Amino acid sequence: MAKRIVKELTDCTQAPPTGMKIHLLDEQDIHQWEVVMDGPDGSAYAGGHFKLRVTLPEDYPFKPPVLNFTTKIYHPNVSNDGKGSMCLGMLRSDEWKPPNKIAAVLAMARNLLLEPNTEDAIETTIADQYKSDRKAFEATAKEWTKKYASGK
Amino acid sequence: MESDDEINSFHTSDDEGMDDPDSDLSNGEDSDVEDELEEYDGDDVGFESQEKIGKQQKKPYEVDFKVYSPEDIQRAQQRTVDEVKGVLQQSPEATAILLRSFRWNRDKLIDAYMERREAVLEQAGLGDEASSGAKIMTVPGFCCEICWDDSPEMQTFAMKCGHRFCVDCYKRYLTTKIKEEGEASRIRCPGDDCSRVVDSKSIDLLVSEDAHDRYLELLTRTYVDDLENLKWCPAPNCVYAVDCKIKPRDLPRIVPTVHCDCSHEFCFGCTLNDHQPAPCMLVRKWLKKCEDDSETANWISANTKECPRCHSTIEKNGGCNHMTCRKCRHEFCWMCMGVWSEHGTSWYNCNRYEERSGAEARDAQAKSRQSLERYLHYYNRYANHEQSAKLDKDIYIKTEKKMTQLQTTAGMSWIEVQFLEAASQALQQCRQTLKWTYAFAFYLARNNQTEIFEDNQKDLEFAVENLSEMFEKPVDQLAGLKVDMMDKTSYCNRRRIILLSDTAENLKNGNWEFNVDFDTPR
Ligand SMILES: [Zn+2]
Ligand SMILES: [Zn+2]
Ligand SMILES: [Zn+2]
Ligand SMILES: [Zn+2]
Ligand SMILES: [Zn+2]
Ligand SMILES: [Zn+2]
Repeated sequence: MAKRIVKELTDCTQAPPTGMKIHLLDEQDIHQWEVVMDGPDGSAYAGGHFKLRVTLPEDYPFKPPVLNFTTKIYHPNVSNDGKGSMCLGMLRSDEWKPPNKIAAVLAMARNLLLEPNTEDAIETTIADQYKSDRKAFEATAKEWTKKYASGK
Repeated sequence: MESDDEINSFHTSDDEGMDDPDSDLSNGEDSDVEDELEEYDGDDVGFESQEKIGKQQKKPYEVDFKVYSPEDIQRAQQRTVDEVKGVLQQSPEATAILLRSFRWNRDKLIDAYMERREAVLEQAGLGDEASSGAKIMTVPGFCCEICWDDSPEMQTFAMKCGHRFCVDCYKRYLTTKIKEEGEASRIRCPGDDCSRVVDSKSIDLLVSEDAHDRYLELLTRTYVDDLENLKWCPAPNCVYAVDCKIKPRDLPRIVPTVHCDCSHEFCFGCTLNDHQPAPCMLVRKWLKKCEDDSETANWISANTKECPRCHSTIEKNGGCNHMTCRKCRHEFCWMCMGVWSEHGTSWYNCNRYEERSGAEARDAQAKSRQSLERYLHYYNRYANHEQSAKLDKDIYIKTEKKMTQLQTTAGMSWIEVQFLEAASQALQQCRQTLKWTYAFAFYLARNNQTEIFEDNQKDLEFAVENLSEMFEKPVDQLAGLKVDMMDKTSYCNRRRIILLSDTAENLKNGNWEFNVDFDTPR
């Protein structure tokens, strides 16, 4: 499937999705991508630069890519366990379809920064806070953005 | 007590056309155990195998059931498809998909299909025309959106929805779904956002033989999972399914023990090992309680006890409750720790918990201690039979080994030791029953039926301990005990039948009162 992956990589580097920079983590390995995602304006993450790892499984695109935030982020849909995994929507193997593209996955992730999905949260306490006390949620999210996602 | 209360479902014979509203796979809301008096049709072509019922007279605690092989299940699916496809005017592939999307409730499907055809097709992923005219072909200038290959000679495939991919990608997609994700009946078109279900004809066309075998296996699985009257035998590696008409709502009145062809006995209601005479809900409550109280229970069920006379530690090494202290030769009963000489003929004190005097009960602390003691009384006996069953089996295995040796030295023939196996089997079965009688008794509220129950329990327990004791005799004496042992074995079996028949009859007729509420089944 090298042809497919190279095609996607070329598209992504030539015309990167909004607010993202994409490159291979190691030039020799097309299965490991690194993405720097700008926190979208109007979200609690604005001004932050979030690093993500996209790992393509051996049988990509028959299995979905794996997405991890390597920059710590306060978000209902990102696991707060040091792994920073995001696993919803098309990232799930029962929803993923082989023609889906990494660019679309990244766009979905960026959209989630604007609008968290509290129905399908991995961090349920953060989701509850998002629903019940938006102010407190935004304060923490901003604080973390400043602390972990600024600079570099 | 009629034997036709529980009947076989799954009567999928050809003469029962689809105009019979009560026929086979409808398995809907219509059935009450009391009013379904149909007879199982023995001429049924699909499921003629393993007919275990109807030959001998059914006991009150027995239920009708049938055991099906994977081939039987395959055939039953096929027949239903054949019957329904004509009504729907659909291909067998599309009919199968439609039936699966209605959990094989064909009456519901037919009704819905007649009323709102388009919606039903759409919901099953069959959109517009449901016949699959799909074939493999080459398309000039085609580029596969999955692998990005655009070789001109490339073979491609698409279903009616038109989402076309190269054959290799399509195949790999299906194989991944089947072999790695275990999907079969709900695999969707690989096209982005397309929810059309891949029909079995397309799968036949594309996947390799081993993936196809797995596909059929998975389809069979969903078929059994979809039908309320079918359950997989829970024994590890067993491929059989059991068909039983007992519904969840019947479970407070019936304990449906079924026997798989692999020899495993399990409860059709909850799929746990046979737990007659206790109904599923009591079993669930009891197991939960034992788990919650496991610390005390562990302490109690410990395999050692102190001799009541000299306090030296005694380990139980056989299933029998008749203990003799190695140090002081004191003979006592393992269960109640009472002197054995008082037992022998009157087992009496050992199966029944005597309620304490009212004076003691008034004291709150004594009361909680008493309720714990009451629990431990029953738990102790429950755990004892579980433990003893294992020990009985160990002894039997050891004995059998010794007997085999003896055969060569003493010239005893193999047939002469068969009675040991029969005895061992009876012990296992009776102890399993006895074990659950104690969980049953724990929840049983006293009324005029309970005394008969306790007598039955006592009689069975006495018979079992008698037989169990014989196993501990030196091997060279066993041959001489053959007749006696055979008598005791059949006596045990008889007592078990009496106990189970009585409890089942009373359960069915609602004569038992329990000190807990029966949850309404799921
Ligand atoms: Zn392809
Ligand atoms: Zn499609
Ligand atoms: Zn089995
Ligand atoms: Zn059960
Ligand atoms: Zn002693
Ligand atoms: Zn005793």
